Amino acid sequence: MRELLGHRAKYELNLTVNGQPVGVQVFPMERLLDVLRRELQLTGAKEGCGEGECGSCSVLMNGELVNSCLIPALQANGAVIVTIEGLANDGRLTALQEAFLDCGGAQCGICTPGMLLAARHLLCKNPKPSLEDVREGLSGNLCRCTGYVQIFEAVLEAARREAMP
Amino acid sequence: MRANPAEYELVAPRTLPAVLSLMAQEPGEWLPIAGGTDVMVQYSAGSLRARKLVSIWNLPELRRIEIFGDEVQIGAGSTYADLQKNEPIGREFRLLSIAATWTGGIANQNRGTIGGNIVNASPAADSLPALLVYEVDLILVSVRGERRVPYHGFHVDYRKTQLAADELIRAVCLKRRFSEYYAHARKVGARNAQAISKVCLSALGRMHDGVVQDIRLAMGSVAAVPMRLAKTESVIKGRAIDASLVESARTAAANEIRPIDDIRSTARYRAAVAGNLVTEFLQKLSGAGTA
Repeated sequence: MRELLGHRAKYELNLTVNGQPVGVQVFPMERLLDVLRRELQLTGAKEGCGEGECGSCSVLMNGELVNSCLIPALQANGAVIVTIEGLANDGRLTALQEAFLDCGGAQCGICTPGMLLAARHLLCKNPKPSLEDVREGLSGNLCRCTGYVQIFEAVLEAARREAMP
Repeated sequence: MRANPAEYELVAPRTLPAVLSLMAQEPGEWLPIAGGTDVMVQYSAGSLRARKLVSIWNLPELRRIEIFGDEVQIGAGSTYADLQKNEPIGREFRLLSIAATWTGGIANQNRGTIGGNIVNASPAADSLPALLVYEVDLILVSVRGERRVPYHGFHVDYRKTQLAADELIRAVCLKRRFSEYYAHARKVGARNAQAISKVCLSALGRMHDGVVQDIRLAMGSVAAVPMRLAKTESVIKGRAIDASLVESARTAAANEIRPIDDIRSTARYRAAVAGNLVTEFLQKLSGAGTA
């Protein structure tokens, strides 16, 4: 086992992205967001502010919600990443995604991938959230279209549908 | 201008000693990066001066929260999410767990660390006033060994700390003697999550026989460093809470703080809010008695 990992030159970053093992040559300070969008062509995660304020680049890293614009590639080495492209199963939308459609939780779409992953993270930790829990869970994700109400309704609706046998 | 990743070096030693020996070889050359919630923002904006970075994210030696008798030691690499999940902290150091919920949104709480917040040394950091009122110590570590310093005084000026070029914060030490205090925290900002405070207050108080036996007040965003309001405390201590005390305390707080005008607020507004926050706390403390 090497004591020091990483250097200035490109190195092989190994990740599991949406269930698939991938290896890409990147600089260690490359942002995870750029690795996903440029190297892996997974353009669902968006760059909004680029400083961890807006949440539109949200992905799950080892099950935790993170802003991929603030993760240097080297710190993601070996991680399990889930992006919006990995949420649906075999092209079938999840109950959460269906609820966003049914409740009008998506408009222009820029915040939607991040909203869905933040909502997924919340529902995994708390399957029966109150409205206050949903507001808290999505508080790091900004939306300029919906006024948030439809998004909160969609998450609560998804929780109800997921609770059904 | 956007940073070019080819110009930066980042290494990730697997142990704390390996990090420290790297920092000792070229003191000041290696910038530690934990969760990246501050460093990566500067990097993306092209304003990060360091070209060599050493990752300390998720080092096991830095991510423990341990109890040693009358003391809780929080590893400096513990995240805000870790602090919120920890039961002893929620029970005995509520000001810290409340501040942890104010810091950023969930994604930033999953990455931002208590040690990173201290070293970043923002006068507006929400958790730092809590550390002042709990009178915590910091354990600093380098290849030369460890030293324990009081957190009070660690920030010597705006964004300047006592940390030597080859040192890291290893742990934050909290004495377990505050569970009987009435604890109150308040943030005033444009928005609860993701908004940096205009003013924030962490306060502890204990009443005995109708007078304030002990009181601790600290505020963020009212001076160049997070500030303990020692003069205001001395005005309040030993007195009964009535209208004249509240008035004296407001005046003392307004005279003691050193707020500035910036993008988030004005000095005048901050002084008014600081007085209001002290008033609110005294009213609540008076109603709460000793509980």
